[in-house]
Amino acid sequence: MSDAIKQATLEYATRLGDDSVVLGHRISEWVSYGPFLEEDIAYGNVALDYIGRARMYYTYAAELADDGRTEDDFAYMRSDRDYRNLLLMEMPRGDFAYSQVRQLFADVYATVMLPELLKSKDETLAAIAAKAIKETKYHLRRSRDWVLRLGDGTEESHKRTQKAVDQLWGYTHELFDMDETEQLLADNGIGVDVSKLRDAWHAMVSSILTEATITVPEDSWAVRGGRTGYHTENLGHMLTEMQIVHRSHPGCQW
Amino acid sequence: MNEISLMPEEQYQRLQQRNAADVKELWDLLDQVKDPEVPVLSIWDLGILRDIERIVEGEGERILITITPTYSGCPAMDNISTDVKKALNEAGYPDVTVKMSLSPAWSSEWMSPEGRKNLRAYGIAPPEDADLDEDGLTPDAHAQCPHCSSRNTRRISEFGSTACKALFQCNDCNEPFDYFKKI
Repeated sequence: MSDAIKQATLEYATRLGDDSVVLGHRISEWVSYGPFLEEDIAYGNVALDYIGRARMYYTYAAELADDGRTEDDFAYMRSDRDYRNLLLMEMPRGDFAYSQVRQLFADVYATVMLPELLKSKDETLAAIAAKAIKETKYHLRRSRDWVLRLGDGTEESHKRTQKAVDQLWGYTHELFDMDETEQLLADNGIGVDVSKLRDAWHAMVSSILTEATITVPEDSWAVRGGRTGYHTENLGHMLTEMQIVHRSHPGCQW
Repeated sequence: MNEISLMPEEQYQRLQQRNAADVKELWDLLDQVKDPEVPVLSIWDLGILRDIERIVEGEGERILITITPTYSGCPAMDNISTDVKKALNEAGYPDVTVKMSLSPAWSSEWMSPEGRKNLRAYGIAPPEDADLDEDGLTPDAHAQCPHCSSRNTRRISEFGSTACKALFQCNDCNEPFDYFKKI
C-alpha cells in the first residue's frame, strides 16, 4: 500500500467510524425513553450495531496509524473539530418522528452504500461492509415501518413527520459529496464513489415517503461541512457527554 | 420412514476442520466456553470459534485463537475472549492470543445441530424454526413455540434481549419466547 493510499484509507476509516459512533450515540439517547418496552430494546440494539461498526472502523484506523493509538483514542480523545462525521448523524434526537426520519435517511444510505463498499479491494473495509449489510436489512425494515406508520397515522404524527423530513432534507446532500481523499480511494477501487448513489437513495426514500403520504421536499437548501470538521453546535454537546468519563479517568479499565 | 437429516454445507466444513485439526484436544477443551448470554451454547455450537493454531516459537509455544462476532456490536465478545484465555491458561497454556476476524461474516448456518437442540430445550427457538419472509428476514408470525411446539405464534418485536434474537409470543400457550434470528 503506497503512503498516499494508506493515509487516505486511514482518513476514510476514521470518517466512517465517526459516522457510526455519532449516530450510534444519538440512537442510544432513546434508551429508557422509548414509547414502549420493545421499541426501547430495538433502539438499544440498533445503537449497539452502530457502535460495533465504529469499533471495527476505528480499530482498523488505529492499525493503519500505527502510532500507539487505540480505537478508544479515536472515539474519546478527539474534539468536535477533529470529527469528520456527516452532519445528519449529529443532529439532536428531536422527537420520535425526527429520530425515525433521520434513521430512514441513514438506513437507506447504508443500503445503497454498503454493497459498493463490499466490492472494495481493501479486505478489512469489505469485511466490515459484509457484516453491516446483514444488520442494515433489519434496521431499514424498522425505520421504514415507523415512517409509514407515523406519516400515514394521526394528524399530529403526520405533521411531525413532514416537519422532520423538511428540517433534515438539507442535511442529506452532503451524503453524496466527494473530496480528493475519497476520489483517490474510489479511483483505486478502495472507497465508494458516493456521488453516484444519490439517484438510488432518492428513489428509495421518495417511494417510502410517498407511501407514507409525506411530501418529498424540493432541493432548496443544503448544509455541508461535516467531512471537513465544521459541525453544527450539536456535536460538541454530544461529545462532551460521550467523552467525559473516559477523559476524567484516563486509562481506566473495568 | 426415517427422515435423513442433511447437514448444511457450512456446518460440514466446520466439522471437517475440527476433526482434521492437529490440536483437536484444544477444540474439545474450548467446548467449556459458553456464550455468556446463552449459556447452553458453547462458542463452537454458536459457530463463532473459527480457528485454533499452535505456533511453535523457539522453546515455547503460543496458541492463537480466531473468533468472529455474531453482530457488530455484540458486547459478549470481550467476555468470550477473556473466558477463552482463562480456560486455556488453566489447562496449562500460558501464552494465548485471541484474534477477532471479520471475514467471512458470521452466519447462523454455522450453528451446530447440538446447539440448535439445546437452544430449543432452553426456551429459545433456533433459526430454522421460522420460515423467513419474502425479504429474507424474521417473519411476523409462525415461528415454532419452543414450549408447546405450536406454530400459532406472533412476533412482538424484531429486536430482542440481545442483538441476535427477536421476541415472539405463542397464541396457544401464551408464553413469550426468544427467536434466534437467521442472518
